[in-house]
This record gives sequence, C-alpha cells and structure tokens, in this order.
Amino acid sequence: METKEHVPAMLEPIGQVLRRHPKVNLQLNRALAPFENSAKVLLFSCNMCGQCLLHENGYTCLMNCPKQVRNGPCGGVRMNGHCEVKPEMECIWLKAERRSRRFPGRYLFLRIHAPLDWRRKGSSAILNAVAGWPGNGKE
Amino acid sequence: MMPADPTRGRFERALRSGRPVVTCEIGSPDGADPADVRKRAKLVRDYVDAVNVPDNTGGVVHAAPLAACAILVQEGIDPILHMTCRDRNRMALQSDLLGAALLGIRNILCLTGDHMIHGDQPETKPVYDIDSVILLEVANHLTREGKYVSGREIDPPPDLFPGCAAEPFAPPYAYRPLRLKKKVEAGARFVQTQIVFNVERFAEYMGRVHDLGVDKQVPILAGVAPIRSVKAATFMRDEVPGMEVPDALVRRMAQAGDDKKKREAEGIAICVEIFEDLRKIPGIAGFHIMPINWESAVAKISREAHLQPALGSAKTSPDEGKAAVPQEPQPQAPSAPPASVPLNS
Repeated sequence: METKEHVPAMLEPIGQVLRRHPKVNLQLNRALAPFENSAKVLLFSCNMCGQCLLHENGYTCLMNCPKQVRNGPCGGVRMNGHCEVKPEMECIWLKAERRSRRFPGRYLFLRIHAPLDWRRKGSSAILNAVAGWPGNGKE
Repeated sequence: MMPADPTRGRFERALRSGRPVVTCEIGSPDGADPADVRKRAKLVRDYVDAVNVPDNTGGVVHAAPLAACAILVQEGIDPILHMTCRDRNRMALQSDLLGAALLGIRNILCLTGDHMIHGDQPETKPVYDIDSVILLEVANHLTREGKYVSGREIDPPPDLFPGCAAEPFAPPYAYRPLRLKKKVEAGARFVQTQIVFNVERFAEYMGRVHDLGVDKQVPILAGVAPIRSVKAATFMRDEVPGMEVPDALVRRMAQAGDDKKKREAEGIAICVEIFEDLRKIPGIAGFHIMPINWESAVAKISREAHLQPALGSAKTSPDEGKAAVPQEPQPQAPSAPPASVPLNS
C-alpha cells in the first residue's frame, strides 16, 4: 500500500539535499506548488492531490472522478460512457484508458495505485516525488 | 483458533467443493425489528450456501448490514457482508472489518459503493477515501499480516474471506476483465457479478476473463435476478447505470400484462431461461441471486432452475450431517485448507 514514485536516478542527489534540509524543502514546496498546480490545472484539469498519476494515466487527472477512485472505473458508467454522478461528463476512466494506450506508461496504468495521502493535498507533486515529501516523518 | 462453529467458513468450503455454489441477497430492513431479518433469511436459507446483505444500496439508508449479518450468524447462516467505501474512511473500514470478525462474519464483499446522488439524500458528503481495490488489499493485509495498515499488531488477526464484484455491462468493455484481474491481484478470493440479463455480452466477458486465467484463480458467481414487472425492467434499463436490460426482455414483460400472478410468473420464467444459458458458459463457479426485496421468489427460482446449494441446504445439510455424526464428541476441526492455498488450482 506504499506509494512508489518513479523518479529519474539523476535527481536523487537533489532529493538527498532536500531531505537533509527539511525547512528548505518545505519553503521550496510552498513556493513551487502554485506554479506547478496552476499549470496542471490549465492543461489537465488537475485536482492538486500532490501525488500525481498523470504520467501513468495518459495525462488525464483521475481525481476528477466524483468517487475519486484511483483504481477504476467503477460499475456506474452509463451506456454512453458518461458518469453516473455527472451525466454531462464522460467517465474520466474511459478517457484515461483510451489515452493511456498512446503513452509508454500503459503498464503503469494497469498497476494498483496506492490510495491518496491527504496530507499532501495542494503541495507540489514533482517536489514531493523528488524529495519524498516534507513532514511525513519517515525521512 | 477457529471457533467450533459450523457456519463459519461454510461459504469457502462450498466454493472448494467444486460443485456449483448458490448465494442470494436479502434486503437490509427499514425497521428496528430483528424478526424482519430472520423472516427474510427463513425464506432463502434452504436454497443457498451463503446470504449477502447489501450496504445502503443505491445510496438509500437502511439498517447496518453488519447488524443484519450478525443476526444471520445467530441463525446458522454464513453471511456475506457488503462493505462500501462511500460512507467510511480507511480507519472506519478497518475497524468495521475487525468488528465483523468479532461477530463471526468473515465473508466481505468489497465495493466502492453506489453514489448517493441517486439516493434520497444526495446532499450527503461522499467519503470515498479508498476504493474497492484498496479495500481488498486492506482486508487481505489484516488477515495475512495480522497488522493494521499502519503496521500496528492485531492479535489474533481476523480470518477474513474478501471478495469483489465484477461489472461486465458497462464501458470500457475491453478494460473490464483487466480490472477484475487487478482485483484478484489485490486479494479477491471470490467474485460476484452484476445481474446478467444480456447473456451474449456476459459470455464475451467471460471469454476474456478465461483468456486472462482469472476464472482459474477465483470462483466467479454469475449474478441473476428475477424481474417483477415491466416498470422494474424499464427502471433497471434506463435509470440504473451499469445494468443492461435488453429491449426483448422489457417487451416480454410488457406482454405479460398487469396481472400480478402472470407478470411474476413471466419474470421467473425469464430468470430460469437465463440460468439455462449461463450454464453453457465455461468458467462460472455458481450463481448469485439478487431478488431485490422479493425473497419469496428464491424458492420458486431454485426449484424451477434445479439449483442446489453446494453443501446441501443450510438447515439440514446432508453432507455436513453425515460428517458431523462421527465427529460429534470432538471439537469440529476446520475442514477448509489453509487460507493461502489458491482456489480451484
């Protein structure tokens, strides 16, 4: 049930520095989060959960799902492929499934995604991935 | 460690017997009278191996299924408790899983849960902290590791038997079998499917499931339900997402007319025909009847479709009766193999 981030090895030294200086990490996260998140909101209707799965799901933000299922789709998809809760919206999982085929991360789409860590909501997902995330008490 | 209770593990033993298993669902009551649960249970107990109690289906509040299942245990029936993530966060779910184990309930159907938007209180705050796949992982974690998700010890650990639902009738059709595989990887030990009305689509789905080898890993029970009226049929077709009722069936129900006896007979006839068709599909380990507040139909369906619970009827089981006589003086040993042995393989 642990979250595993896929971070390029070359970023590991930066992560080490950030973990050694949690205060800097926190400040940096606060500074970067608005930029990262507003860009993702504009491009992918991001919901700022702080533990991004965009790259695994064909750049579709699954947190738009009214049930916020991270391992969907649920059984409530209508015949026309729309959401049972919001009939005007296409099921985000249908979209993600379709789009994930076009990206190399398809195998990641098929894995079981860990549940949300609510403490990370609103923070910078990229920095969280590189540094582990501030305040989780594990580093 | 396992209490000497013949009810306990009955469902798992039935699945291991290799014979087709029959389960059925009873509605959770809308009243504070435990006799209501007993009455519903009495109507179905002789025809099934285990009884499901749903958790606030359709987002409408009913009595807690945990309580109803506890009454079923008292009645000597092995219950299957539906547990949804709609109303509870991961803490409440873990505490309910352990609470169920305390009450002698071990079969847990892990569901994400119908959204309350279709219920009578759509203004409720949805929880959906985790989803059904993670709930399966959690139930397995408690059982196998003997620890909460946090890592704290549980002593003794619960002996849960988690299962999941399968939905073959909603898009994306090609991805649905892969999601079932995900659920099995997360630890589902049995599968109950959505109600089958469109047998062709279901056969196609089972074909894909068979190709993935999932039907070898876990027993899959096909969901079946009797239609009571043309109104019910159109409602299920138009209003319930994820349920596919072919127009031909709706027309047949319309032709049966308004007479209660006639339309109910037609509904059961359709149901029996679906059983016949389902028996031809390979990979099905049994059936799950969902009478939707029409528990009295189960007896009739069971008779007309020649269904038999794998371990005989709940009350006077011929198999268990024979086995129990020589064992009587000893404490009853659990007949199920250790939990880690995969089923049917």
